[in-house]
Amino acid sequence: MIGLINALPGAVAQGIIWGIMAMGVYITFRILDVADLTVDGSMATGGAVMVVSMTMGMNVWVAMLMALVAGCLAGLITGIFHTKFGIPAILAGILTQLILYSVNLKIMSQRSNIPLSSNNYKILISLRYLQSAIVVGLVFVVIIIAVMYWFFGTEMGHSLRATGCNQHMARANGINTERNKIIGLVISNALVALSGALLTQYQGFADINMGRGAIVIGLAAVIIGEVIFDRIFKNFALKLLAAVMGGVIYYIVITLVLRMGLNANDLKMFSALVVAVFLGIPYWKRKMAEKKVTKEAV
Amino acid sequence: MLKINSIYKTFNKGTINEKRALNGVDLELNEGDFATVIGGNGAGKSTLLNSICGVFRVDSGSIVIDDVDVTRLSEHKRAKYLGRVFQDPMMGTAADMWIEENMSLAFRRGKKRGLKWAITNKERAMYKEMLSMLGLGLETRLSSKVGLLSGGQRQALTLLMAVMQKPKLLLLDEHTAALDPKTAETVLDLSEKFITEGNLTTLMITHNMKDAIAHGNKLIMMHEGRIIYSASGDEKKQLTVDDLLKKFADLSGEEFANDRALLDK
Repeated sequence: MIGLINALPGAVAQGIIWGIMAMGVYITFRILDVADLTVDGSMATGGAVMVVSMTMGMNVWVAMLMALVAGCLAGLITGIFHTKFGIPAILAGILTQLILYSVNLKIMSQRSNIPLSSNNYKILISLRYLQSAIVVGLVFVVIIIAVMYWFFGTEMGHSLRATGCNQHMARANGINTERNKIIGLVISNALVALSGALLTQYQGFADINMGRGAIVIGLAAVIIGEVIFDRIFKNFALKLLAAVMGGVIYYIVITLVLRMGLNANDLKMFSALVVAVFLGIPYWKRKMAEKKVTKEAV
Repeated sequence: MLKINSIYKTFNKGTINEKRALNGVDLELNEGDFATVIGGNGAGKSTLLNSICGVFRVDSGSIVIDDVDVTRLSEHKRAKYLGRVFQDPMMGTAADMWIEENMSLAFRRGKKRGLKWAITNKERAMYKEMLSMLGLGLETRLSSKVGLLSGGQRQALTLLMAVMQKPKLLLLDEHTAALDPKTAETVLDLSEKFITEGNLTTLMITHNMKDAIAHGNKLIMMHEGRIIYSASGDEKKQLTVDDLLKKFADLSGEEFANDRALLDK
């Protein structure tokens, strides 16, 4: 029990960083209504660009900006595959993800892991200083939510929401749905890469596999946030916050089950099954309701 | 206002499912014209409307709206000139967005969408006033999700959204077909009111021959991708449903095959 409590701050800090990634997933999955698998690659891209920029002597803020831009480019590629090549969104994301694997290795000069120690570099967030890590993470969350709240309240933001909600309606009202999908994917992957840059600083290294299965963690965070907070959080800013809190809860649960003796190698299976069940629940609910109606009709 | 010059459209060309949907359609509407379109199943009515909207490109021919050739323009660019109401009441509005948000999207049809706030307070007051014209009590529900409205309410809202930024051409695609008779009448009356007050050039597809005769100043009958008969002015006013059925049988050599049209007779 004491061990668990000691592990809690680490879980919270990690959850917040992944929560930023989850906000990116929220934008594609909930607003644009596409599941974007680019994120598995762009998470590591963010980390790779972060670590290489810093070893090249850049300031931490500039390095993070570079990571953010790299994420934008990743989203742009998927967006172009999807809208200009007519490739289904999921497949477009998988293609970019594969491209990014090679690109990330190139960025890291064919090394699969590069350290970024807080001893040698001035970084913002590290697992050695958990309290400050949590505070810095939260500051990022607040700033990102504020910017997203503003953007999705603008004319352009509204047109993005309409694109995800009803493309026929959007086009009939003069909205360029293809361009909007690209913009949404760019914003989403920018957030994911930023999260990757923060995670790299936090854990002290960038790894070519750090984004593997990221989409599942992101979806888990989004869904956990919705299940728990949907009834009380109606405002868009709060919905984003729910995704971040979903990330934190996810990491607390993971810490708990690992302590209870779950093999760390089984973790991905465990996460994926949890996401599958939660995605299934609304579908089953609908089925049940239909059954009820048919019975009453008879 | 609208000039359609011999447009052709074939779907699934070169396959076993090849379907010649438009087979040389010419049509001209002057400003303020209100034309109703009737025809059997598969006559090409919806294809005609969709090709005007740019849902797909036509194989040949040209479409000119208010002296602008839109034949090769993408759907969202043409939207500037067009107000549209679909047959499916779910299609014309964004269900997850509020009434005022939907209206603000329609209010910006044909305008640049930048980083300005999406709805101003001044607009809200205007939306309220417009909604009260519908007489459905929606003016008190600006921040209700559109998905919570009934089919009729959504269709009335879509209609309002189609005309709030005056379109060069209003396109109604059997927009009352999915509604119950009483709601259909309400929506049709509202359409008539908006069209008359705004002097809107309109093309309305309907399956109801009585409606086609009662509304508008022009009537167009389509069959196998062609316009086989059109009437305007006094000739149209004196038409009856039986006249139309007889005209159809004479011109096409077939019985009028549209179940709903016959049921509604």
